[in-house]
Amino acid sequence: MNTTVQRNMSLAGEPPVALNFLQKLAVIVGMFGLGVLLLAIFNVNFPNKTLWLTLSLSSLIFGVLLFSYGAYNNKHAGIKNDAVWFKSISSRGFLAWLLGIALTGFYIVLYFYPQYLGLRTEGSNVGLIGLFDPLSTLLSGNPASQWFVYGTLYTVAILAFGIKFLWKYRHNRYEVLRTISVMFFQLSFAFIIPELMARLNNSEAYNIPYYDLKNIWPLSYYNFDQYRVDGFISSGDIGLALLIFGIVSILIITPILTYFYGKRWYCSWVCGCGGLAETSGDSFRHLSDKSLKAWKIERWLVHSVLVFSVLMTVAVVHSYLNYDASKYWLNKDAFLISVAVFLGVLFAVIWYFKRDELQKDAQYGAIGYLGIILGLIAIHYFSGSNIFIFNPETLRKTYSFFIGSIFSGVIGTGFYPILGNRVWCRFGCPMAAILGLQQRLFSKFRITTNGGQCISCGNCSTYCEMGIDVRAYAQKGENIIRASCVGCGICSAVCPRGVLKLENESPKGRINSDAVLLGNDVDLLDLIKQNK
Amino acid sequence: MKHIAIIGNGIAGITAARHIRKLSNYKITIISAESKYFFSRTALMYVYMGHMKFEHTQPYENWFWEKNNIALKEGFVTKVDTDKNTLVFKDGSTLSYDNLIIASGSKPNKFGWPGQDLKGVQGLYSKQDLELLEVNAPNNKACKKAIIVGGGLIGIELAEMLRTREIPVTFLVRDKDFWGSVLPSGDANLISKHIKTHHIDLRLETELKEIIGDENGRVKSVITSKGEEIECNLVGLTAGVSPAVAFLKNSSIETGKGVKVNKYLETNIPNVYAIGDCAQQLEPTGLRNPVEAVWYTGRMMGEVVAQTICGNKTAYNPGVWFNSAKFFDIEYQTYGWVWAKPKDYEAHFSWEVPNGEKRITLAYHKNTNAILGVNTFGIRLNHKTFDSWISEEKNIDYVIEHLEKANFDPEFYHSHFSAIKKAFKEQLKTDKNCI
Ligand SMILES: Cc1cc2nc3c(=O)[nH]c(=O)nc-3n(C[C@H](O)[C@H](O)[C@H](O)COP(=O)(O)OP(=O)(O)OC[C@H]3O[C@@H](n4cnc5c(N)ncnc54)[C@H](O)[C@@H]3O)c2cc1C
Ligand code: SF4
Ligand code: SF4
Repeated sequence: MNTTVQRNMSLAGEPPVALNFLQKLAVIVGMFGLGVLLLAIFNVNFPNKTLWLTLSLSSLIFGVLLFSYGAYNNKHAGIKNDAVWFKSISSRGFLAWLLGIALTGFYIVLYFYPQYLGLRTEGSNVGLIGLFDPLSTLLSGNPASQWFVYGTLYTVAILAFGIKFLWKYRHNRYEVLRTISVMFFQLSFAFIIPELMARLNNSEAYNIPYYDLKNIWPLSYYNFDQYRVDGFISSGDIGLALLIFGIVSILIITPILTYFYGKRWYCSWVCGCGGLAETSGDSFRHLSDKSLKAWKIERWLVHSVLVFSVLMTVAVVHSYLNYDASKYWLNKDAFLISVAVFLGVLFAVIWYFKRDELQKDAQYGAIGYLGIILGLIAIHYFSGSNIFIFNPETLRKTYSFFIGSIFSGVIGTGFYPILGNRVWCRFGCPMAAILGLQQRLFSKFRITTNGGQCISCGNCSTYCEMGIDVRAYAQKGENIIRASCVGCGICSAVCPRGVLKLENESPKGRINSDAVLLGNDVDLLDLIKQNK
Repeated sequence: MKHIAIIGNGIAGITAARHIRKLSNYKITIISAESKYFFSRTALMYVYMGHMKFEHTQPYENWFWEKNNIALKEGFVTKVDTDKNTLVFKDGSTLSYDNLIIASGSKPNKFGWPGQDLKGVQGLYSKQDLELLEVNAPNNKACKKAIIVGGGLIGIELAEMLRTREIPVTFLVRDKDFWGSVLPSGDANLISKHIKTHHIDLRLETELKEIIGDENGRVKSVITSKGEEIECNLVGLTAGVSPAVAFLKNSSIETGKGVKVNKYLETNIPNVYAIGDCAQQLEPTGLRNPVEAVWYTGRMMGEVVAQTICGNKTAYNPGVWFNSAKFFDIEYQTYGWVWAKPKDYEAHFSWEVPNGEKRITLAYHKNTNAILGVNTFGIRLNHKTFDSWISEEKNIDYVIEHLEKANFDPEFYHSHFSAIKKAFKEQLKTDKNCI
């Protein structure tokens, strides 16, 4: 509506989007923390690194907390979306673009030019990375790397903005518990435990690769790379256990938990990418694209990434396996055949039980993709040549560049303020694709709608970070069973009429696409049902 | 091919069109003077508050209508010529139809207050009203004070809207408590208290007497029934709505308060139907009002009239009444009937969380103990469960005993049901002691 668009130009003034005193103070405090990091990047040498790093990180955290206090302290417990679409930062305004560009720039430097952050292969680190050396040495005994800096800032972001989120949704226990959970998993599994594990490596007997236990293949596409597998195998029982855990995570734990709880157990309770999206990215969740077109793109893109990641992993693993089973128990042929059989059986099961639930394009897609994978495996197997049709190393590099760095980092997080906070999770994450397929087909999870109570207001759709048009289902009284739903629960929270409820109930009657709205005469309901 | 013209693209008209499209390939034209595309009126407040942009209030993407072969026409119908089956528009153009569905909705009530047409005095119903509000009350510098007249659901929404821009609000309410004509006093009192915690100057048992303008014809102040003069820059008139049927006055379609219709939503003219806010039932169902101005009834009438038009003559026969609203932070749902002044056969049981932000009131029959209805505040209840309990006339003891079956709160929420059960048993005890 033009009044909303033109408001910024009108002289009449604007709705209150200004910051209050506490919030202004908070911005100054936070800027100080950020300023220290910036100065470090520009090689200002801080005399006492431990002190300055502590100062910087605590002002960042304190700044966010003070800001939240200023924002929510005087408000009742309840939904706090006032002026979301008026504020520059949360409505793709000038500040949003500025932040987007800054974040994107940071990711590019981080991934491709870590030397500018002060990473040194010889001698001690300088600059920003140097500033983090004391903390890294404290935890793992090693100097910092760009990944350690990133991991620390990532964890700080999830914790600080996590507390902000807890404050914002203090009336909603589902949101509170879920957020405590992602904060816990980030701090312990992603941050502290791997650093402590690295300490084990000080002993000759261990050579464990960096392992964030909750980071499951194919999200951690590198988990079965040769250097890692060799590392695991050469680290005794612990190493072997970790390797087995990595396989069990995706093949056993994931399907079981997803059956009972839907993909949310991972995407919005455990995962680090999800954790960042839900906390730091919360102010951008409404920016997701809800159009039907976006949904189409999502389905093709995310499943293509999945196929790509499977293919890449198979090629990489295959490349380092031997023909005989002297080094690895598994040989090349056995591996390829078992992958082909596994995928074939999986496909057959889905086709047999769930074909009717798949839309036409999903059916074509599934057949097409299976064909590609099996075809490639077959070509390789029968041609007997040593190389997979693509060079595995090239595949691995391409994947890690385009998917691992550009998609998940630069676009996925850098573009939060422009495209919304779940772009990676929705369009790119192969783990989300697997979980989503299962959630759609074999799970108890669904969002139930409350009879005829929906007033089609659109709050649910607007605030769905996955771009699901929740209202489209709710206003027809249909349950929402969408592969992409991460179960964040926000649609249910913002609904002013209490229409939506996330539930794990018996899979029977989960999909109720011929439901009609409650409230009318029963005979009419029957009639409408028959006409369908 | 039969041509169905629908006046009004609100929930009633749109539902009718969608269902007719499902059942037939008739030609359908939807007419509106308000906006080309259907939007959700109930969401207007969220646009002003910045929760949503206007486009988010549109439940269907713009391509939907063409894809489903539903024509949209913008224009105001000034005359319905039922002899020639023709509509005449303000710009002089005409449109002929075979069947006409009138779904023209409501307009805000104005009770002839002196000064009611001054600048800065407005209702909140249409998209244009929202745009006007953006002009009248963009912020608390241009609008230093707002007066809201009429303690209904739209009034409280307007109050909440203005408060998000930190505009001081005085709220004039005729009853002893907010919405006291609909809610039993305990329920109404809970809401009144909550309104005050949101820094609203709530004036109960106070009415509007006069609106005073300045030399430019802009509102300057109001005078209340208590003789007080309050300066203000905005007066929100939210004392209810009534059917928007003025354009039918010179037609042969019979109107009273609204367009008069029988059970089949047929007017006195064959092939002309009326649904939604603008319809006035000649034989209302059960205890319902002849004019039902809520979202849900508009939708249900749309479903029904589509059946009739497509050859399955069907009566509008709604089931158990339900409704919902949100008063600032407190969600409200109701199923069945809980009367503000209990009927002589009606008993109430209420329970409230000590801090006063959650409450439930159950109405049941004094003699048969059958459940009659429920009001709930801050606790979500399952529509389906209560719908069947009420229509099956379940015993109140059964309902209290099984209340958690009707829980619709999000997972991990504190359950209050055992506390409610306990309170109910205690009340029974004291009741017995009295006897
Ligand atoms: C701010 C607000 C909040 C509300 N909240 C709720 C709620 O929470 N729950 C609830 O149940 N109800 C709520 N309501 C009431 C609900 O919105 C209405 O009951 C419902 O929208 C009525 O739908 P309708 O299709 O009958 O008419 P309308 O939605 O009013 O649609 C009628 C349309 O017809 C057009 N029209 C009328 N006459 C002509 C003509 N002569 N020519 C051309 N076009 C014409 C009008 O411009 C309008 O666009 C709310 C109403 C408002 C204003
Ligand atoms: S549908 Fe609801 S729970 Fe699922 S992702 Fe969207 S907002 Fe979250
Ligand atoms: S937020 Fe609730 S009432 Fe609004 S459209 Fe979504 S389900 Fe319906």
